[in-house]
Amino acid sequence: MMTSLKKLLLGEQGLVVIFALAFLVVSLTVPNFLTERNMLGLLQSVVTIGIVACTMMFCLASRDFDLSVGSTVAFSGMVAVMASNATGSILLGLVTALVCGGLVGTVNGVVIARFRINALITTLATMQIVRGLALIASDGRAVGINDPSFYQLALSRFLGIPTPIWVMALFFVAFGFLLNRTVFGKNTLAIGGNPEASRLAGVDVARMRIWIFALQGLVCAVAGVLLASRITSGQPNAATGLELSVISACVLGGVSLAGGRAAMTGVIVGVLIMGIAENVMNLLNIQAFYQYVVRGLILLLAVLLDNLRSSAVGRRA
Amino acid sequence: MQDFLEFRSISKGYPGVQALSNVSFSVRKGAVHGLMGENGAGKSTLIRVLSGDQSADTGEILIDGEQQHYRSVRDAFHAGVIVIHQELQLVPELTVAENLWLGRFPGKAGVIDRQQLTGVVSRKLAEIGIEVDPAAKVASLSIGERQMVEIAKAVMLDARVIALDEPTSSLSSRESEILFALIDRLRANGTVILYVSHRLDEIFRLCDSLTVLRDGKLASHHPDISKVTRDQIISEMVGREIANIWGWRERSLGEERLRVEGISGPKLRHPLSFSVRRGEILGFFGLIGAGRSEMARLVYGADARDKGTVSVDGVAIEADSPPHSIRSGIVLCPEDRKFDGIVQGRSIEENMTISSRRHFSPFGIINPKKEGALADKFIAKLRVRTPSRRQDIINLSGGNQQKVILGRWLSEEGVKVLVIDEPTRGIDVGAKSEIYEILYELAADGMAIVVISSELPEVMGVADRIVVMCEGRVAADIPRVEFDERRILAAALPDVQNSNTLPHAQVR
Repeated sequence: MMTSLKKLLLGEQGLVVIFALAFLVVSLTVPNFLTERNMLGLLQSVVTIGIVACTMMFCLASRDFDLSVGSTVAFSGMVAVMASNATGSILLGLVTALVCGGLVGTVNGVVIARFRINALITTLATMQIVRGLALIASDGRAVGINDPSFYQLALSRFLGIPTPIWVMALFFVAFGFLLNRTVFGKNTLAIGGNPEASRLAGVDVARMRIWIFALQGLVCAVAGVLLASRITSGQPNAATGLELSVISACVLGGVSLAGGRAAMTGVIVGVLIMGIAENVMNLLNIQAFYQYVVRGLILLLAVLLDNLRSSAVGRRA
Repeated sequence: MQDFLEFRSISKGYPGVQALSNVSFSVRKGAVHGLMGENGAGKSTLIRVLSGDQSADTGEILIDGEQQHYRSVRDAFHAGVIVIHQELQLVPELTVAENLWLGRFPGKAGVIDRQQLTGVVSRKLAEIGIEVDPAAKVASLSIGERQMVEIAKAVMLDARVIALDEPTSSLSSRESEILFALIDRLRANGTVILYVSHRLDEIFRLCDSLTVLRDGKLASHHPDISKVTRDQIISEMVGREIANIWGWRERSLGEERLRVEGISGPKLRHPLSFSVRRGEILGFFGLIGAGRSEMARLVYGADARDKGTVSVDGVAIEADSPPHSIRSGIVLCPEDRKFDGIVQGRSIEENMTISSRRHFSPFGIINPKKEGALADKFIAKLRVRTPSRRQDIINLSGGNQQKVILGRWLSEEGVKVLVIDEPTRGIDVGAKSEIYEILYELAADGMAIVVISSELPEVMGVADRIVVMCEGRVAADIPRVEFDERRILAAALPDVQNSNTLPHAQVR
C-alpha cells in the first residue's frame, strides 16, 4: 500500500494525481471556488506565468536559466503602449514590442552561448538593465493607453472565454508539440541531458541555446502586451518577481533543473497549482503577506519532490 | 637491507576484467623502485590499492613488517603512504604554506597561527632542498614547482612510502632533473619511493629495483636493476597471450578515402598526417597521453584546428565542426562514452536518431513512425539487447551503449569514415567480438575505419595497418604483415625510439 502510493506520487503522473486531489479538496471546501466566474478569473490570473513558463521550460530543459523574464515582460508591455501611442497604430506597437522582446532574448543567448558567460549572471544583469530601460523610457510612471481598442486584446471573448486564456491554451499546445515532436524540442532535451555528447553528435549547441533565449524573449513580449492590455497601461514595475513564479511553476511541473527532463503537461499543472494556491488564499481572505510564505513553501516542496523523484529514477537505473 | 614495503598476493577484479592477479613483490628501505607495464597491465590498480582508494579482493600489504588494514585514502595517510597522481591535488588560490597545512591548520580557537604556518614550512622546504616561496600562491607556480609542493606535502605528513605516478609526463627536462635530485635526497632519508613511468631512461637513472607487470600479473621482479637490459624489459612487458577473439580476415582495399594533412591544434602541437583507404582499418596505438584521442578530436572537428586539412574522397572539408564532418561523412565514436557519447536520461531511440532525425523531419517536425522504425532496425541489426527502444540508455550495459552510438552513425547512412576511440573499453568479451564483427562488415562495405586503442593486442588483432604515436608524433607506420609486439611497443615508448630503427635481430 505504502509502496504503491509512493510509486503513484513519484511516478510520471504523480503530479497530476496530486493536482487532481488538491482540486477536489479545494472545490468541496472553499466556497465560491468552483464557479464559472472564479474559474475564468483564476485562469486569467495565470496567463502571464503560463505563457512565459512555455519557453522557460525549454530554457531549464537545456540546462539554462533565465532571470530576465519579469523585466522583459514589463519592458515590452511598456514599448507596446508607447509605440502605439506614438504612431497611432496598435499593430505597429505590437510588432515593436515583439522585436524588442526578441532582441533582449537574443542578447541573452549570444552572451551566454557565444561568450560563455554563466546564464545566471548574464540574465541577472539583463534583468536589471531591461528593468532600468523600462523605468527610463517612462520616467518611472505608468503610461496610459490612448487608443481604447488596445484594451480589447484582453477584454474580448471568444465562446465566452477571454482571449488571453485562448492565447495561453494555444501556447500550451504549440510548445507541447515543439518539445515532443520536433527536432528542436528533442535537441533541447538532448543538450540538457549531456551538452558535450550532443555537440559531438552534431547538434549545434550554441545556436540552439541562442534560439531558445530568443524565443523566450519573444514569448515574454507576447505576455507583456497582454498584461499591458489587461492593466490598461504600460507599468515599468509590472511583473516583478515573475521569474521566480515561472521557475517555481516549471520545477513544480517536474522540469529538472539539471536539464534533460521536461513535459508540457507537468508545466501546465505546475502553473495551475500556483494559480489555485493564490486564488484560494484570496477567496479565504488571507492577507497578501502570507501568500509569499505559502508560495515559498510550495516551491520548497516542489524541489523536494523533484529530488525524491530523481533518486527514485536513479535507483531504477 | 630488509624489505620495507611488501605486496603479498594482491588480486583485484573489476566486472569483466581481472586487473591484478596474485601480485607479490617487495621493496627495500630507502629504495627507489620502478613499476613498469603496458597500458592496462595493472600499474594504476596496484597504486590505487596501495593508496587506499580501492581495496584488494585478496592479499595484503605490509609496511615495515606490519600488516596494513586501511580502508580509505585517509587511513593510508596515517600509515605513511602517499600517492602523488598526475593530476595534482593542490588548491590554486591558497599559498604553498596553506596548502601544506590544509586540513589541519595550526592555531587556537579557529584563528590560524601565521608564524607557525610559514615557519615550519620554510624549515621543511629547506630541509629537503625545495626552493619555493612558502608565501607564494600555488596558482603562480610552474607545474614542476607544484609537483615539488606535492612531494613536500608528503614529507610534511612523514610519509614512509611515496608513490609517484608518471611524475615527469608534463615536466621539462630541467624540471625533471630537479625532481630527480629531490628523489635522491628522499632516498637518502630512507623513504621508499614507488616510481611509475614509461620512460626507460628515467627508470635506469633513478631506480634501484624494478617490477614489470603484464596483464595484471607479475611479469618479472628485479631486485637489482643493474642486472637487466632495456631490451629485456621490453620483452617482459609484451608477450601477452592473444586469444582468437579478433576474427580478422583479409579484405580488398580500395582508393584513398580519408586524407589528413598536417593537422595540429592546441593539444597536438606537432603537425600530423596520415591516410586511410576504402575498406581499410587503420589502428592507432600509443601510450596514454601520446595524443591519439587529441588526433581523433581534431580530425572530427570536435576541437578547433590550428592548421592542416582533412579531406574525404579527395574533397577537403570546409570547416572544422562536428556538423560539417558528419555532412562530409566523417563520424566519431568518442573515447569516454559516459561523458561524450550517451545522453543520459533519454531513450535509446533518441540517442540513436539524435543526428539522423533531421533526414525524416520536414520543417523540423519529426515523423515518429519513421523514427521508431529506424531505431528498431538498428537495434535488430546491431543486436542491442533491450526490451524496448524507449528504454533510458543508462540502463544498458557498456557494450550495448557502444552499439547504440554506432547505430547513431550507421543511421546517418552517408558515412564514409568512422573514427572509433577505444571501441571496447569497459565492454565484456562477448560484446567485444560483436563490435569487431560490425567493424569488419563496415570496412568490407568500403568504409575507412580508424580504430584507436591503448590495448596493443586489440589494435594488432583488428587493424590492417598500425600507426604508432609517441608524444604527439607519428613514431611508426607498420603494415599487418610486419606486426610485431616488441617493435610496436618500442616505438611507443618515449626514449627507445632509436631501437626500432635497429634491425629486428638486434632488438632480440
